[in-house]
Amino acid sequence: MTSHLSRGTRTVNTVLTVIFSFLAIVWILPIVIVLVNSLKSSSSIALTPFQLPTADTFMGFQNYVTGINNGNYPFYMSAFYSVVITVFSVALILLCTSMAAWYINRVDSLFCKVIYYLCIFSMVVPFQMVMFTLSKTADNLKLNTPWTIPIIYLGFGAGLAVFLFSGFIKSIPLEVEQAADMDGCNALQTFFLVDVPIMKSTYISVAILQTMWVWNDYLLPYLVLDRTKYMTIPIHIQFLQGSFGRVDYGATMAMIMMCLIPIVVIYIICQKHIIKGVLSGAVKG
Amino acid sequence: MKKTTKRSSAAVMNRSQRRSMRAFAPLFLLPTVAAFCIGFVWPFLQGIYLSFFRFKTLKFTTFVGFDNYEKALEDETFLRSFLFTVAFTLVSVTVINLVAFAIAFVLTKGIKGSTVFRTVFFMPNLIGGIVLGYIWKMILDGVIIRFLGSTLALNATYGFWGLVILLCWQQIGYMMIIYIAGLQNVPTEYLEAAKIDGAGSFQILRHIIIPTVMPSITICTFLTLTNSFKLFDQNLALTGGAPFRQTEMLALNIYQSFYNSVSNMGIGQAKAVIFFVAVVIIALSQLYFTRSREVQE
Repeated sequence: MTSHLSRGTRTVNTVLTVIFSFLAIVWILPIVIVLVNSLKSSSSIALTPFQLPTADTFMGFQNYVTGINNGNYPFYMSAFYSVVITVFSVALILLCTSMAAWYINRVDSLFCKVIYYLCIFSMVVPFQMVMFTLSKTADNLKLNTPWTIPIIYLGFGAGLAVFLFSGFIKSIPLEVEQAADMDGCNALQTFFLVDVPIMKSTYISVAILQTMWVWNDYLLPYLVLDRTKYMTIPIHIQFLQGSFGRVDYGATMAMIMMCLIPIVVIYIICQKHIIKGVLSGAVKG
Repeated sequence: MKKTTKRSSAAVMNRSQRRSMRAFAPLFLLPTVAAFCIGFVWPFLQGIYLSFFRFKTLKFTTFVGFDNYEKALEDETFLRSFLFTVAFTLVSVTVINLVAFAIAFVLTKGIKGSTVFRTVFFMPNLIGGIVLGYIWKMILDGVIIRFLGSTLALNATYGFWGLVILLCWQQIGYMMIIYIAGLQNVPTEYLEAAKIDGAGSFQILRHIIIPTVMPSITICTFLTLTNSFKLFDQNLALTGGAPFRQTEMLALNIYQSFYNSVSNMGIGQAKAVIFFVAVVIIALSQLYFTRSREVQE
């Protein structure tokens, strides 16, 4: 590609690579600063956040140990509930909304159309609109535990998921399903044996989008869950920083680092899928 | 074309198949529809209903008509947060889209290390709002305390630009990905033909590249517009509205009138309805505006 480019273009490209390398370093600097500070004492973070740890301020992994066991609610419990909520919600969303989307597109009755347009409508509605009433409803129906909150996520996340699945289902030729039909498959068998394998890439995209949403969501679990018993990682971080009294900066930085490490690792491993998933989600506009 | 094939095969479905599908309706539809009603439809309708009532708990409600809306519009903090949100949205949408487009433009030129740069720039998008807020609070406070002798919590201007920087860091990578996908659609033959005809780089950009990536521009402005207008987590974590609720955005203002005030919650609900209407208007008019330009080009 570069072989037939003129000498001038090549120089420009080299300069651009240099500029972008610099920019890329600036881009990851915030994370490096958090990492460095998570190894320092609390007072030195507040006073000199951009200094490398010295012999006096270096704490090793002390902040991580304090952070994990800190306070009346241990961090590992928050992490555990975050995982529970994310895994169950995403699994439930994938299974239920793909089935619903398929049914809506195949039967195409008035009721189905109404559901479909309500789903699209729900994507525009800001969470603040339903914030108060949703948390009351969840309380009344006892959906306020990590084991039941996935039902709320299914309800509020259905819009985007149904929309994305429908987009793909419309492109599946009916002939494929009719063949299965001739062989005596009922609707359930046709869906799981014929359509699910075809929709694999859509499942991955939806799973990625919903995981990013549920994992990072703060306000919904904060309002719905019984906070004395259950917290998630974002709620925990908010409590560490936003609570009254002394803020332990060291422990907070360590816990922020604990959130970032899995995100970065997963991103590096499944980068291709993540970028593809995010792109397909963006097309909704 | 697609429509006709769909219709003719749908006609095939109408007879026995459709009837046999109906039997499965509860299984396929019920879980999603039930959850959708609990998680969206019912709270939404109840929200609109409650905006006409005065209440502190749901047990005692008094009908007050449009009183809550009047009070909401008279609330100074609400109007200020509205202006703050509009200013913030305008600045961040412009900056994010320009920078993201520029980066995408360079990265599609095939410079060395494009894939690595793309990976790095996109990464912050995966970090949640609360965590992002506290990362930047630590960094920005460090800079502001040392060089400007103030803090984020003491100066609303620093708070404003802090939020802009934060959102740029989070969203530029995301928009860059969408622009890259759009730029890859620009036909190379057109570019070569234009070069042979002696078109300058600016003319090529304006008459060939921008019209082709117009769909990406629509999507990106839509996403950045709604994301900045609805911003909550980042606002809460970075400034929390300090100083004196001056850096409060709309979503946070609504939250405060529900949960950090002793007065009538109906006002909060009325604000939420106004907020919802504003979001719908912005989304629809923006889509209409850019879509009409797409056709024109």
